[in-house]
Amino acid sequence: MGAINERVVIIGGGQAGIQLADSLRAQGYQGEISIVDDDRALPYQRPPLSKDFLTQGPAPEPLPLRAASFFAEQNIELRSGLTVLSVDTVRRSVALSDGSTLGYAHLVFATGARNRQLACPGAELPGVLGLRTLADAQQLQQALGRARQVVVIGAGFIGLEFAAAARARGLAVTVLEFAQRPMGRAVSTCLSDWFAQTHRDNGIDLRLGEGVREIRATGNSLVVGSSTGDEYDADLVVYGIGVLPNIELAQASGIHTENGITVDAALRTSAAGVYAIGDCAWFPNAFSGSRTRLESVQNATDQAKALAEVIATGSGEYAALPWFWSTQGALRLQIAGLAHPEDTPLVLGEMRAGKYSVALFRKGVLTAVESVNSPADHIAARKLLASRTEITPAMLREPGSTLKELAKRAVLIGA
Amino acid sequence: MPTIIFSQSDQSATEIEVSEGTTLMRAAVSNGVAGIVGECGGQAMCATCHVYVDPEFSAELDEIGEDEEEMLDCTTAARTEYSRLGCQVKMSAKLARIRVSVPNEQV
Ligand SMILES: Cc1cc2nc3c(=O)[nH]c(=O)nc-3n(C[C@H](O)[C@H](O)[C@H](O)COP(=O)(O)OP(=O)(O)OC[C@H]3O[C@@H](n4cnc5c(N)ncnc54)[C@H](O)[C@@H]3O)c2cc1C
Ligand code: FES
Repeated sequence: MGAINERVVIIGGGQAGIQLADSLRAQGYQGEISIVDDDRALPYQRPPLSKDFLTQGPAPEPLPLRAASFFAEQNIELRSGLTVLSVDTVRRSVALSDGSTLGYAHLVFATGARNRQLACPGAELPGVLGLRTLADAQQLQQALGRARQVVVIGAGFIGLEFAAAARARGLAVTVLEFAQRPMGRAVSTCLSDWFAQTHRDNGIDLRLGEGVREIRATGNSLVVGSSTGDEYDADLVVYGIGVLPNIELAQASGIHTENGITVDAALRTSAAGVYAIGDCAWFPNAFSGSRTRLESVQNATDQAKALAEVIATGSGEYAALPWFWSTQGALRLQIAGLAHPEDTPLVLGEMRAGKYSVALFRKGVLTAVESVNSPADHIAARKLLASRTEITPAMLREPGSTLKELAKRAVLIGA
Repeated sequence: MPTIIFSQSDQSATEIEVSEGTTLMRAAVSNGVAGIVGECGGQAMCATCHVYVDPEFSAELDEIGEDEEEMLDCTTAARTEYSRLGCQVKMSAKLARIRVSVPNEQV
């Protein structure tokens, strides 16, 4: 259960780091727990920042991950506003930006990811903003109050969420996306096409196959020049072109990294007593069989819970089903499992009614379900996929068959 | 400002004063009420903010929306006629001193 002076140091107080500290205590871990986070704010949830936070009114409050009182109550030391500058994996200690050092028995990288920066000319102009932190969201929320036309660069989840929020505030919104489809490789093509059309019907000018070439300042406003030679006026430009995992500190400490900090199924890195979880971890996915890195609340939370068990009991591994959600205006998308554009889709329900799911099959077996405004389908799909119940297209094509019925039949959901 | 009284199955209770418009979920999460998770950040997508509203107040609440209705069928603890998603119930003056109980299980 961890001797009293056996300290766990967690680098990063985001979704993964805070959950880990909480789950360690829930597991009865009695050693010291220190979280070092470079953000000054009380640790908060990021998902609302691109959703209600932007539409809620003048001074929205962030949603905390835990109450301020939680840390003292659980005897967890939270050192906010400090950066871990270096790690000594031989002496087992970390050096902080205030000059202090902390020894550890277990060290956890929960360093998350940062926005990939725009590289075009004009990317550094005022009025060109990204969205990752509370400070970013506060800046955007204020800028939205003054803006009339916005250009969003990148039609990924965050770009589209922001675009829908800006549209809901009555702004003129143009979205430039270099690829031919929004949300790229993370969703099926039929879902992606339906989202493109629905956002357009809602007044968003979605331009696919069109990237940004440059941004210029003209007086008080901006002009975005695109790869097709078109130009768009904007008083606010927001980019969401993906993230980069925060792996440099691990790299500099001699820890093995690839497209993230490499870990095994028990979330252990190449250095003894050092682990990685959340957006920064490059882990073996129990469902796809290959290594992957995921940016989702589920991934951060469930890896944290699995690691708490590994640290507190010395055994356990991470094998949870991936799931994800994205709210884009009135469109509520939930994905159970990992969707791939190559999978064979079967649409359940009416796409035209805006309430349906897309079941995705690989080699005739259900691998993922995308649900639009159908949370009950999503929950049922999660249960079916997590229990690895074999579902074929024929089973879903039977008259009256629904995911919920199938899950019930598998005695997974109580009556 | 209206007050919410969250009671737990062990009979302990927490009283929280909030401004109007605050949801039961936000009040609980911001104040460390055990048993209310709020995993989806209040989007009616996770059902980890399930509460039972004291019968005395159920008539005062806004109707259950379509999204909430669907999610209430997916709660971990059994749904009753008093079940609501904490993130969909906004506080108002008429809900002053509303009592809600927190189920034993959310996930
Ligand atoms: C705007 C937005 C909307 C999102 N919406 C959704 C959604 O709808 N659904 C969903 O599932 N997911 C969503 N996500 C993704 C989700 O929030 C992330 O996957 C999750 O926050 C990852 O948690 P994490 O703890 O791994 O990383 P983070 O939450 O990024 O936390 C990492 C922390 O570590 C700190 N840190 C890094 N290096 C150091 C260092 N050297 N020293 C000290 N501190 C350090 C960082 O500053 C940060 O505070 C969204 C993300 C954003 C930004
Ligand atoms: S917080 Fe997720 S449903 Fe209420």
